[in-house]
Amino acid sequence: MILNGKVHKYGADVNTDVIIPARYLNVSDPAELAKHCMEDIDREFVAEVQPGDIIMATTNFGCGSSREHAPLAIKASGISCIIAKSFARIFFRNAINIGLPLLECEEAVAQTEAGDLLEVDLSSGKIKNLTRGMTFTAKPYPDFMAELISAGGLIEYTKQRLISRRL
Amino acid sequence: MTLVEKILAAHTGKEKVSPGEFINARVDLILANDITAPIAIREFQRIGVGKVFDPKKVVMVPDHFVPNKDIASAEQAKLMREFCYEQGVIYFEVGRMGIEHVLLPEQGLVLPGDVVIGADSHTCTYGALGALATGMGSTDIAAAMATGDIWMKVPPTIKLIYHGTLGEWVGGKDLILFTIGDIGVDGALYSAMEFTGEAIDALSIDGRFTMANMAIEAGAKVGVFRVDNKTQLYIKSRAKRSYMVYEPDGDAEYSQVIEYDVSALEPQVALPHSPANTKPISQVGDIEINQAVIGSCTNGRLEDLRLAAEILKRKKVHPRVRCIILPGSQQVYLDALREGLIGIFIRAGAAVSTPTCGPCLGGHMGVLADGERCISTTNRNFVGRMGSPKSEVYLASPAVAAASAIMGRITSPDEVIKP
Repeated sequence: MILNGKVHKYGADVNTDVIIPARYLNVSDPAELAKHCMEDIDREFVAEVQPGDIIMATTNFGCGSSREHAPLAIKASGISCIIAKSFARIFFRNAINIGLPLLECEEAVAQTEAGDLLEVDLSSGKIKNLTRGMTFTAKPYPDFMAELISAGGLIEYTKQRLISRRL
Repeated sequence: MTLVEKILAAHTGKEKVSPGEFINARVDLILANDITAPIAIREFQRIGVGKVFDPKKVVMVPDHFVPNKDIASAEQAKLMREFCYEQGVIYFEVGRMGIEHVLLPEQGLVLPGDVVIGADSHTCTYGALGALATGMGSTDIAAAMATGDIWMKVPPTIKLIYHGTLGEWVGGKDLILFTIGDIGVDGALYSAMEFTGEAIDALSIDGRFTMANMAIEAGAKVGVFRVDNKTQLYIKSRAKRSYMVYEPDGDAEYSQVIEYDVSALEPQVALPHSPANTKPISQVGDIEINQAVIGSCTNGRLEDLRLAAEILKRKKVHPRVRCIILPGSQQVYLDALREGLIGIFIRAGAAVSTPTCGPCLGGHMGVLADGERCISTTNRNFVGRMGSPKSEVYLASPAVAAASAIMGRITSPDEVIKP
């Protein structure tokens, strides 16, 4: 799968409270949550984001609470994938589980600026910076994670497991 | 194997597990709250199994936005409540509940050697009892409710050794804030933290809950303590089923060993906007506050309230400060009432509330306005955490929060209670 989009770039330790503040957690509808995505760190995000756009950040993206509302809000806002130097553990699980692709690539983050256009090939992990004419390769997923992703997320994976248990 | 590896091996049916290995672990308890349960229930229904794998191993607690703060949060609590009734899972109603991480150990639902997963990042609190407990998302909880197990990556373990004896007004909160200040908010990313040393042996169970609670603030998967006599004493009157005590092997491999001498440690304060932005109280400077919050899954237990009462006794909260005290459970509330602590708080001019997570996450019961400052015994001080994105949160122990509430600025308990 090939993704194309413009980069929204952030720094280290972007936490789930700024991705989706708790004052909006009295609902769980992704489209409602998306209206306030990144509100406390980037007031312009919701107005500027286009379908396919990519979030890029340095280390520990998604730290803080376990709220799945955070990756749900990002996904529903139109973001196609997140590229970071590293991700917080629970956010990583949540994003993979709901089918929001995450890529770890230090070089791509170091060499890319906000507004750059990227082309990302999820199957090979190749990240092309079209603005700067550079190509990077993301860290490959461990086999188990790749299996989970290709199943279509944790719910589909669990359905398949339950069927094979019954056989 | 380390303590964490031993628990995971036992729950996977393997002789041995190693860091980095992907496993499917059997779970002893699954938890969700009024914010995370609605998504978990929606995803559980998509799996199509109908019934949860074992209703005695699923517990749901309304604690974040309850007693309901608005219609939308009432709808979420209702959805969760109806699911609990229909499935027969363990449920605690308002009036009988507590903040989940105070309530579950108190009720004997979490025991040593357990694997517990919760759709709340502070599920790691139960590591204080020698359980492997970790926060996950709603979809993870949905899958585990259907199957009774969950995928995990075995974490490497960082051993933290605390030498020495803690000084007066220094406790678990100061130890964990100091540690996060040292290693950073991703200092233990994807790892387990194992807390040991003579300062830990001397620490109460409530102090250990506080430390384990904030392991997530260093990015850790779990924060664990070995079971000792204090743990056994805590468990004895509460356990209603058998449990296993695991010990790390003498030749267990740790990814890092970090040692501290904490004899001279001062009370610690985490300044905005990171739990790692920690300073000893003597270096915080003159910071006026508008609000002090004492409570939460971090510091809402009886020992925390006793500490706050010791400081607030026969004193008054500063005229320009709102001091909000939230016992962590109905039992803690009742015990505090019997011990006369609640009277001390009210006479000091503090507001005392039924248990709720409320102000900690800017939900209700103490949301901050633009430019306001709060000293809080909670666990996070991110931008906008307790309300306005232009407000500020300072994290500290109940002793420091109570002393600061009296003085109207952040201060050490020594300034209020002269030795």
